[in-house]
Amino acid sequence: MLDDFMIRAGLAALGVAMAAGVLGSFVVWRRMAYFGDATAHAAVLGVAMALMFGWSIFAGVGLVALTMAVLIYGLTGRGQAVDTILGVLSHGALATGLVAVTLIPGQRVDLDAYLFGDVLTVTRMDVAIIWGGAVLVMGVLWSHWAALLTATLNPDLASASGINPRREHLILTLLLATVVAVAIKVVGALLITALLIIPAAAARGFARTPEQMAGLAAVLGGISAVGGLRVAVVLDTPVGPTIVCVAAALFAIGTVVTKLRSVGV
Amino acid sequence: MTALLSASGITLRHGQNMVLENVSIALTAGEIVTIVGPNGSGKSSLLRVLIGALSPQAGTVTCKAGLQIGYVPQKLHIDPTMPMTVRRFLDLPKQVDMDVAMQALRTAGVPETANRQMSQLSGGQFQRVLLARALLGKPDVLMLDEATQGLDQPGSARFYRQIEDVRRDLGCAILMVSHELHVVMSASDRVICLNGHVCCEGTPDVVSAAPAYRELFGSGTGGALALYRHEHDHYHHHHHDHEDAP
Repeated sequence: MLDDFMIRAGLAALGVAMAAGVLGSFVVWRRMAYFGDATAHAAVLGVAMALMFGWSIFAGVGLVALTMAVLIYGLTGRGQAVDTILGVLSHGALATGLVAVTLIPGQRVDLDAYLFGDVLTVTRMDVAIIWGGAVLVMGVLWSHWAALLTATLNPDLASASGINPRREHLILTLLLATVVAVAIKVVGALLITALLIIPAAAARGFARTPEQMAGLAAVLGGISAVGGLRVAVVLDTPVGPTIVCVAAALFAIGTVVTKLRSVGV
Repeated sequence: MTALLSASGITLRHGQNMVLENVSIALTAGEIVTIVGPNGSGKSSLLRVLIGALSPQAGTVTCKAGLQIGYVPQKLHIDPTMPMTVRRFLDLPKQVDMDVAMQALRTAGVPETANRQMSQLSGGQFQRVLLARALLGKPDVLMLDEATQGLDQPGSARFYRQIEDVRRDLGCAILMVSHELHVVMSASDRVICLNGHVCCEGTPDVVSAAPAYRELFGSGTGGALALYRHEHDHYHHHHHDHEDAP
């Protein structure tokens, strides 16, 4: 079954999108979109390092995303406005990555594949790593759910209940780096944040509890992944951006439906 | 009686700013203690040290093994992107049975809100839901940080009556921070006047007569306080009659 490249692509996209949907709910609630961007943009630098040193792409991207995420985590702990710092780190890492890729001796690198993803070329091994990462992310979210949610709601409430909010924040940060690492081959560095945020935002209007929102975000992410792949094949468009287009369309439909419902149509 | 929760020699700095200097405090079961002090006097910071949200540069916080703290924060902003029903909110961080949750909402005076979104509650309802959640863990210590902020006077008077009921029913210690001197003074067993350090402490009468307290809140406060207390009692009864009338 995994011999078919379409099946492999579908599975890879599905795994990433579902994990991103659930984690993305936290990104939305905590307003970490920019944080996600910075971590994802750093991935390009990870690609450059992986190619330069002959590592696996996942390892290079994972390492750099992790470093970036922990760096930002350290900076955000001091209660300062951090969007400027995030902007510097985000674009600094992206630009450095773009330059570094061109400096790699010998081969010409297809940058598009890393900026926008190239899911049609994923191998069995890639699919296994992607699902491993996705299952890890969802498993950690599952086991830490109540603590993560309480810490997201209010750090002091968490402290009073014996939960360390900084620790929960660090866990989310590490999960974000994991998602970035497994998503790079599917949607690419520039569109990872979209996969985190759009399904969660689309789910918001239909959810009454955080669990409903996260669950629906996973479903919408999955629909976007499979639907986007299908549309991309039919229209012969790049898969990553098409997946994001489908997600954005779902968001638009969801927003219209929510508005109509609220005015009682 | 041994203290449920005590802090000694707490010194806390934010950068160059000295927020708390050598502050000690102890709570025993069943007492209502109120911290008063001007803005920026470190009242909220002291509560946050006690719940473990801030680590002081010096001093220790000691608590009875397995101490349950119920905490009602000054303000809880729930991001509008997070859907949250009252019922679900009560399940954080530990799931509770339906009847336990409903009982807590009844105790806090808001049983009708269970299925509402947190974002749709009025200020008073919201504070009461926070109180209900704080009560769920059967707290040994209930901490309220300016819990009546945003409530009108009858609203906050009702809220404080509820707090006294809670103390009676649960027998827990209650530690409040408040700026509403008149209400607080009449409801507390002990008042701690804080301004970076403990200026004075004791029964409400002792504190309101203390020179340090008068210096902080103005020399006229002593008289005004008596008046307020009188007004409060009067209002209290009046309101009760009104409420109980058919």
